[in-house]
Amino acid sequence: MNNKAITCKDLTKRFGDFFAVNHISFEVEQGEIFGFLGANGAGKTTAMRMLCGLSYPSSGEATVAGFNVFKQQEEIKKNIGYMSQKFSLYESLTVRENIRFYGGVYGLSDKQLKEKGDELIEKLGMQQEAKMMVGSLPLGWKQKLAFSVAIIHQPRIVFLDEPTGGVDPVTRRQFWDLIYDAAEQGITVFVTTHYMDEAEYCNRISIMVDGRIDALDTPANLRQQFGATSMNEVFYALARSAKRSAD
Amino acid sequence: MRTLRLLLEKEFRQIFRDKGLLPIIFVMPMMQLLIMPLAANFDVKNINLAVVDRDHSTYTQQMISKIASSGYFHVTGYYTDYTPAQQQIEREKADIILEIPAHFEVDLVKENKAAVYVAADAINGTKAGLGSAYLNTILADFNNEIRMKWLPEAAPGPGTIEVTSSNWFNPNMNYRLYMVPGILVLLVTMVGGFIAALNIVKEKEIGTIEQINVTPVKKWQFILGKLIPFWVIGMVDFSLGLLLARFVYGIIPLGSLLLLYGFLAVYLVALLGFGLLISTYSDNQLQAMFVAFFFIMIFMLMSGLFVSVDNMPEWAKIIAKLTPVTHFIDVMRMVVLKGSRFADIKMQLLYELAFALVLNGWAIWNYRKTA
Amino acid sequence: MKQFMVFVRKEFYHVFRDRRTLLILFGLPIMQILLFGYALTTEIKNAEIIVVDHAGDAASQQLTTMITASKYFDINSSTASDQDIYKAFKQGKVKCAVVFPTGFGNDLLNGQVAQLQVIADASDPNTAKTLTNYITAIVADYQQQVNPTANIPMRIEPVTRMLYNPELNGSMNFVPGVMALVLMIICTTLTSVSIVREKEMGTMEILLVSPFKPVYVVLAKAVPYLALAMVDFVIILILSVLALEMPVRGNLVLLFFESTLFIISCLSLGLLISSVTRSQQTAMMVSMMGMMLPTILFTGFIFPLENMPLPLQLISNLLPSRWFYVIVKAVMLKGLGIGVVWKETLVLAGMTLVLLTISIKSFKTRLS
Repeated sequence: MNNKAITCKDLTKRFGDFFAVNHISFEVEQGEIFGFLGANGAGKTTAMRMLCGLSYPSSGEATVAGFNVFKQQEEIKKNIGYMSQKFSLYESLTVRENIRFYGGVYGLSDKQLKEKGDELIEKLGMQQEAKMMVGSLPLGWKQKLAFSVAIIHQPRIVFLDEPTGGVDPVTRRQFWDLIYDAAEQGITVFVTTHYMDEAEYCNRISIMVDGRIDALDTPANLRQQFGATSMNEVFYALARSAKRSAD
Repeated sequence: MRTLRLLLEKEFRQIFRDKGLLPIIFVMPMMQLLIMPLAANFDVKNINLAVVDRDHSTYTQQMISKIASSGYFHVTGYYTDYTPAQQQIEREKADIILEIPAHFEVDLVKENKAAVYVAADAINGTKAGLGSAYLNTILADFNNEIRMKWLPEAAPGPGTIEVTSSNWFNPNMNYRLYMVPGILVLLVTMVGGFIAALNIVKEKEIGTIEQINVTPVKKWQFILGKLIPFWVIGMVDFSLGLLLARFVYGIIPLGSLLLLYGFLAVYLVALLGFGLLISTYSDNQLQAMFVAFFFIMIFMLMSGLFVSVDNMPEWAKIIAKLTPVTHFIDVMRMVVLKGSRFADIKMQLLYELAFALVLNGWAIWNYRKTA
Repeated sequence: MKQFMVFVRKEFYHVFRDRRTLLILFGLPIMQILLFGYALTTEIKNAEIIVVDHAGDAASQQLTTMITASKYFDINSSTASDQDIYKAFKQGKVKCAVVFPTGFGNDLLNGQVAQLQVIADASDPNTAKTLTNYITAIVADYQQQVNPTANIPMRIEPVTRMLYNPELNGSMNFVPGVMALVLMIICTTLTSVSIVREKEMGTMEILLVSPFKPVYVVLAKAVPYLALAMVDFVIILILSVLALEMPVRGNLVLLFFESTLFIISCLSLGLLISSVTRSQQTAMMVSMMGMMLPTILFTGFIFPLENMPLPLQLISNLLPSRWFYVIVKAVMLKGLGIGVVWKETLVLAGMTLVLLTISIKSFKTRLS
């Protein structure tokens, strides 16, 4: 078993003539925060869905946590956490019940659930809200909760698909604190985002354009390479070459 | 097992917290069961009769009063002309016109025969057919009476056949005995079919299904986690309905309750499998609802409750056989009204078992965690 | 007006993008017409019966042959005993039995009253009654053959005419009923769900902050469904004329006008449902579970309304479909004009007004 969290070689997804993801290759180290950038429609979500075992690749190779994405999706699923663009906790269950449900599904025992649940609620400062329906919480809280639930089983990798969309800057900051915490615990973070300031927080980033990865390095190296002062400029330089229109 | 328990916990919580849905699942069906059977009466009676009497003789008066006192007909008006009577038919105020021509009495006595004219609104063919048949029978009786009075010596030569009819299992021809069990089946079917069809697709629409799909939850666990709560709801609804049938309509199943519940248990699995199958094929709730509606409509009409399966052409009988509801309505009637035993219903049970296996297997197969 | 058309166009896109739902919406009336036209009939055909012949004489055999020869009955077994009847009824295959007592033929020959017993499985009272009636009719035929009536004095001879439907074609009754049923369910469900869906997704608020009166937002949603329902109506009409050979005796323009009115009343009902429900699931359950059986039962095309207890007859008056059913029968099948159906038309129009007023009012209060 290799100790890379994710390896990808020529991974491709095509729908008819359309290459949503076009021969991408990269590797992600264990414990790394890997930023996965790109304009809308560049193919980020499709690529991520293949890595999570939600969709079959058309060709190429990839392993996640050492498992093959073609054959061992169920093994992969035991080793990852996932938080999608759409809010995915159950709104008609309370905070505690959601923790109990998702934690339990990953095989945590009742005792672990209790401990982890208490710890998580304390960390998020949600003691007051523990018995409230998730649907009645403000969006920022929901997102933080969703992330904490996604890593409650200590997965090797957590996939975050635009986790901070529509959230205020203060909450975004808090959200990134949670991500750093997770990385410190050794969890690999694979995150897609639109916000270029967030890109600066990542160890390494890749930028997708029209289904291909056009740039991949640390933020500092990328700025140097493109002679830019900020990630924003890097992104614009690359995005200008895009032919595909955003949807 | 633990995953399944968690899934079940989650489903039950969600159902019982949905304050909009609960009354629809439990109260609405019971209200319908209270009202609908009273409406479901095929009996042809209270036929509205418009009389055009151009003769105004003693005979015609006797004839009309005999018809009016028969209990089948309600005379809505007397006319001397056909046109106003026809308008009664057009306005749906009358179902049948009885027209007695002028000189009726004279013709009857002198010519030994006289015609009367019956015109029925035949858009509802059954009603028109039965109504005019009743009328003809009454006319024949009346004919015999006056003949006996005038010509007692002209008694018919050879013997007559008298048909006596007995109605087993339901001697009073009580329609409620027949409709209540059937309507209960339809209600349970609608509740189970619709909520099952909507459920998975609802998680698709909200997006929570994606979160489930990245967890190690197995396909069969997920489907079973959906199936069991609805199965319980179906059982509860059915039991409430049986209680209602017992205390409101006085219907006590003649056969074994255990047998009834055993069949129900299998039937619900089949029905819910059908609903979940639709759910796995649909993109959104509206679509799932209409697909479910399409099939449940066929189920209801082909079930034999409204129109007997025996009268259907062969191809339709095959469709009826392939309809889970048909067998359950059959079994309900057999066990509740006739006290049939296991041996009598084992064919139907086999059908239901086959449906349950195929539909659920298909639903599990078609539910893709990875697209 | 231009803005209004923009909204309407958006709704059209919405409706026509979902091919599968469209298929169902158009397939539903077709399937129903075919089922009602060809499969669902109250006419008895080849019903299996048991004959228990204790007499075994010429008369009983002649009568048995006559029963078998009719297209209505097939003999399941003619050597059965009384116990077999009970067993067969329990299994549910046979629903009727005819028992000839000993000496049946003798009684008949000797000018006495010969008894013939017809036993029916009345757990289905409708079938039981129909079967008994058919057998009685065959027996009467037999008697007429045995004793010619030509010389009987003082005969009243009824001459029966079946108006509008001389062949007693069952579709005549069902087609207007199916029209009412299909349009009613489709219209209420589509309207209620599509509005609640926008509420659920939060897009309703976006529409409502636009410089556009809420009433128009709601009306714009109804227009595509009106069009869709009209197409369904035309499908049913064409199918019933071509496949079921039904006549259209009245004025087609009047028929279209009445259906439009009916559809609008159903759309308003859907609107009302949408204003009192919050989730798509609830809206669907109310408009389907809540409407399906009542519409089938209270429209009058399966169960005669005049047989119902008075309170139920009053309830049935609340359903638009009940009035539309009468109108279609009058205009399409009887060829009558507005002079006869003006009352029903007024009732429908009144209902539409009331429903629209209530739902738009409650829609507004919900907003503020």
